[in-house]
Amino acid sequence: MRASDVRDERQATLREGLRILVRAMRDEPVILGVAVAGSAVYGIATVAAAEVIGRVTDQVVVPAFRDGETTTRALALAALAIMVTALVKAAGIVVRRYFAGLGQYSLNARYRRRVTRQYLRLPLSWHHRHSTGKLLSNANADVEATFWPIAPLPFALGVVVMLVFALVSMFLADPLLALVGALVFPAILLLNFVYQRRLSPLATRAQALRAELSGVAHESFDGALVVKAMGREADETTRFAKVAGQLRDANAAVGRVRGAFDPMLEALPNLGVLAVLAIGSARVADGTLEAGTLVQVAYLLTITAFPIRAIGFVLGELPRATVGWRRVSAVLDATGALPHGTGSLRGQGDAAHLGIRDVSYSYVEGTPVLDGVHLDVEPGRTVAVVGSTGSGKSTLASLLVRLVDPQTGAVLLDGTDVRQLEPGAVAGAVSLVFQQPFVFEDTVRDNVTLGLEAGDDDVWAALRLAQGATFVRELDGGLDARIGERGATLSGGQRQRLALARALVRRPRLLVLDDATSAVDPEVERRILAGLREAALPSTVVVVAYRRATIALADEVVYVDEGRVSARGVHADLLARSPGYRDLITAYERDAAERAMDRTEDAS
Amino acid sequence: MSTASRLGDVRIDSAWGTLRRGLALSPEITHGLTLTLLLAVVATAGRVVVPVAVQQTVDGGLNAPGGADIGYVRWMVALAAGGVLVTVVAAYLMNRRVFRASEAGLATLRTKAFRHVHDLSVLTQDTERRGSLVSRVTSDVDTISQFVQWGGLIMLVSIGQLMIATVLMAVYSWQLTLLVWICFLPLFLALRTFQRMLSAAYMTVRERVGFMLGAISESVVGAQAVRAYAVEARTQRRIDDAVESHRAAASRAQRLAATAFSTGEVVAGLVNAAIVVVGVLLGVAGDITLGRMLAFLFLVTLFVAPVQVGTEVLSEAQNAIAGWRRVLGILDTPADVVDPGPDGVSLPRGPVDVRFEKVSYAYPNGPTVLRDVDVAIARHTRVAVVGETGSGKTTFAKLLTRLMDPVSGRVLVDDTDLRDVRFSSLRERVVMVPQEGFLFDDTLAANLRYGRPGATDDDLWLAITELGLAEWAQTLPAGLDTPVGQRGESLSAGERQLVALARAYLADPDLLVLDEATSAVDPATEVRLARALEGISRGRTSVTIAHRLSTAEAADEVFVFDKGRLVEAGPHAELVQKGGVYAGLHAAWISQSR
Repeated sequence: MRASDVRDERQATLREGLRILVRAMRDEPVILGVAVAGSAVYGIATVAAAEVIGRVTDQVVVPAFRDGETTTRALALAALAIMVTALVKAAGIVVRRYFAGLGQYSLNARYRRRVTRQYLRLPLSWHHRHSTGKLLSNANADVEATFWPIAPLPFALGVVVMLVFALVSMFLADPLLALVGALVFPAILLLNFVYQRRLSPLATRAQALRAELSGVAHESFDGALVVKAMGREADETTRFAKVAGQLRDANAAVGRVRGAFDPMLEALPNLGVLAVLAIGSARVADGTLEAGTLVQVAYLLTITAFPIRAIGFVLGELPRATVGWRRVSAVLDATGALPHGTGSLRGQGDAAHLGIRDVSYSYVEGTPVLDGVHLDVEPGRTVAVVGSTGSGKSTLASLLVRLVDPQTGAVLLDGTDVRQLEPGAVAGAVSLVFQQPFVFEDTVRDNVTLGLEAGDDDVWAALRLAQGATFVRELDGGLDARIGERGATLSGGQRQRLALARALVRRPRLLVLDDATSAVDPEVERRILAGLREAALPSTVVVVAYRRATIALADEVVYVDEGRVSARGVHADLLARSPGYRDLITAYERDAAERAMDRTEDAS
Repeated sequence: MSTASRLGDVRIDSAWGTLRRGLALSPEITHGLTLTLLLAVVATAGRVVVPVAVQQTVDGGLNAPGGADIGYVRWMVALAAGGVLVTVVAAYLMNRRVFRASEAGLATLRTKAFRHVHDLSVLTQDTERRGSLVSRVTSDVDTISQFVQWGGLIMLVSIGQLMIATVLMAVYSWQLTLLVWICFLPLFLALRTFQRMLSAAYMTVRERVGFMLGAISESVVGAQAVRAYAVEARTQRRIDDAVESHRAAASRAQRLAATAFSTGEVVAGLVNAAIVVVGVLLGVAGDITLGRMLAFLFLVTLFVAPVQVGTEVLSEAQNAIAGWRRVLGILDTPADVVDPGPDGVSLPRGPVDVRFEKVSYAYPNGPTVLRDVDVAIARHTRVAVVGETGSGKTTFAKLLTRLMDPVSGRVLVDDTDLRDVRFSSLRERVVMVPQEGFLFDDTLAANLRYGRPGATDDDLWLAITELGLAEWAQTLPAGLDTPVGQRGESLSAGERQLVALARAYLADPDLLVLDEATSAVDPATEVRLARALEGISRGRTSVTIAHRLSTAEAADEVFVFDKGRLVEAGPHAELVQKGGVYAGLHAAWISQSR
């Protein structure tokens, strides 16, 4: 986990948070509007219920107790009024909660789609700058955190409506008592404000530590074999426990603030009720106030105490939402993409011509991995790219399918710069098979076709050529067997063969193999290579390899050294001409020969 | 999948059982619980202060037999205000204690689970399920903490409030109290059904979250493949489908929850109406005073509120219990390879000899992958292990380094059963370098020091130079301080293997086991490395799982595996002459490499 990923502890401001709410309301105006309406109905009904209780007390209960008698009609009307307000309240709750949830989930879905569109649009170089864990949490946890306050938002907005009604209702009942009671509301808002200020930095820190903890666990489990092989379990546990301890302390700090403010928030309306009682009772004694009115105002205060905390729920979630939104918008605002042209390739179905013109590429400025590579491959030729570890072969391979663009120079297909081709044109003509292939969470068939219109016969043919038909047939379900996390686990060699079939089924005009059979047994590899040779593919082939057998498949060899094409030609020719190539390729034989000599010496 | 099903065999305890065992594993949560509960009682009782004050104010103050008694009212209000303050303090202290205790307990639980995961073979064998293991020590524990600190507190106080409200209501009027309970009883019974339905709905939501994460991860982890095959549109469609199906499931669950939550409100209305009707009738009959009746209306709101909140908390509780169960499931999965700890043997350092006695291995519910292996490796010997994929050679290496234990037979190191050797001693003497050179997201130097903490830069350079890698290391942009990226992905596959090898070399083991550790390295570098290792490993015992048979040619002895059996063993030249399995493999190798 990179430090920059998790250590963004800039204080979240209220304005930033409110902007998220406005954005949400703008994105889902109808759904959230309905939710707010439901909440307003609930709020009004809550006040009305207090009003009804007050009237029932004054007009039914008190007279009945005073007179010692009552009528069925009065009782029935009282019960009916209470029930109706309760039903309206309930209906308001259902509408508010359902639509608030709907709004929250719709927003989550909307922004998940937008974030992932960016993931698919942004260039690979952008992906390389961001850790997998961070990107996954941007699309999941951060989007969720951003729109978490949307669930209580309609409630809070409805509460505002309710407050207005409650205040009006209280003022109509008794202006002086209303004034005393109304003091409770600004007090609650003030308390909330202080709460936000105190909580925000603590919550942000806890959130950052949570991400860090997840990063440590991810990495430690990913490297489990190394951890175990080196006996470092205890050290890893210490590393994890350290962050877990920091998170514990951060959460406890959040708890201290929350633990103080929650009871205070709850106490404020109670104190308001007591103030109303103290002042009101004096006026009841004077005869300037009816007992029923006092009860009504007190009841209104009690009843609004819980809903008014909804405003607190929204404000309380805003700091976390702001941090989430910052991360989400960093993805949404990211710019840069591989620009495409409108050109199309002339050739169809036959082997492509490949031209590499003075291509340079560096990951770190000043240390080029490729430095002026120049190469032409005639249609239908097979070229082996050979070079020592770290000499830039894989980078070269990724340039050919335009995973990245060179910083200088150009890659040409049939004479056209790949940057001028329309989207999909390169992938339609070129297939790259990686050394460590990616398996999609899908069936074998879909992993091979990836949406390409191909019949089962074609899929089987490609699998046979890749020497993968046998193991696929043994899978439960054959082509329909699911692979990936919730399906069968494939070995490294099996994955490579599947990936090879994925490339072959496309009958690419340029096939690029980047050490694509490194995890396959030599005997199986031999069969694959023989198959490729005999299949008469309509392809130009570029193969990155060390093995002699693979090189033997090639018409020509390109020896890459220190980012440049150091020599090219037929294998035998290069052996004679290029000392570097000779050293690399004949290493095993020379080793064997030297050892044989050593043994003879030892013997004599 | 056999390993997955083992992990999935979570004991399904009752909710209470899960809670009990969960608390037993995090004793910090219950530390000082008595005081916390006492504070909770005070905090809960405080919630009843106001209605009582109202009742006293109205009944005993305003409607006092001898006219309004304002002094009494003031006294009551002051008392109530004092009560409110006591409540605030008690609630604050309670919250603080709950937060501190639960966070301490859950940090312990997390760490225990994390440590235990490292002892589970599923971690190294079933690499694709690591994501779910991470969530056991992160989000699953977060669910518990959220619940304990929010829902748990609410539940605790709510239940207390229900009881206190019931008692008080009964003091005011037992008849009306009975009425309240009769109205709410069907709701309490219905809650169980609601809970079941909600829990099923949220289960679906959790499942869809999993699908969605899987789909999203394809756009991130598979970024290269997606671009290489221009399947952006298809990938987006799959993500959109998964996102939409999650949204639909969540909305369905929300509809259910909204309906369930509103039921409490309807019942509350029913209760109020019933109290007014029955209360007035009782009042007319002279069985209850006006003040009592009014206070009762207040008390009912105290009774209703926890019921309403309770319905909210129940679905949270479901989530938390499920999360807790998943974490306990990890701890319940027996560690396959157990450290004997202080009771174990610590072996002295020095050259190692190894003996396999009738060793067999089979994956749980799986086929036997290694059968009756009987072989000895003498001190100072360099052994090469060869065979086709699936022949059992990697299993052999894992048994040798005790990443797994044999199903039958035993592996002896210096005549001591591996199972009796302390891990601290074993890992110091025996180190394996696996094929995929995994590096941590740190600098090159930090990764090398993983093999020998405390090594100086000079030590690191010495090791790099001895392995003949100095020239390569100097080409790196920042030398030893070059960051390697997550999983080491800023380096090429071959370079990662070089670092992994140097790291193991720095650990300076007595037995070095290489499992195709140089498969992605070019031949010249590989030969150079092999020679360097030999030079240094004189006096050391080494076992190399060989992908290229050049390694076998150089070894003192070659072990040939075929279909789970050790079929041949002996020096290279001897085996070639013998004309068996090895001779065949070797011929294939020669035809490919020369």
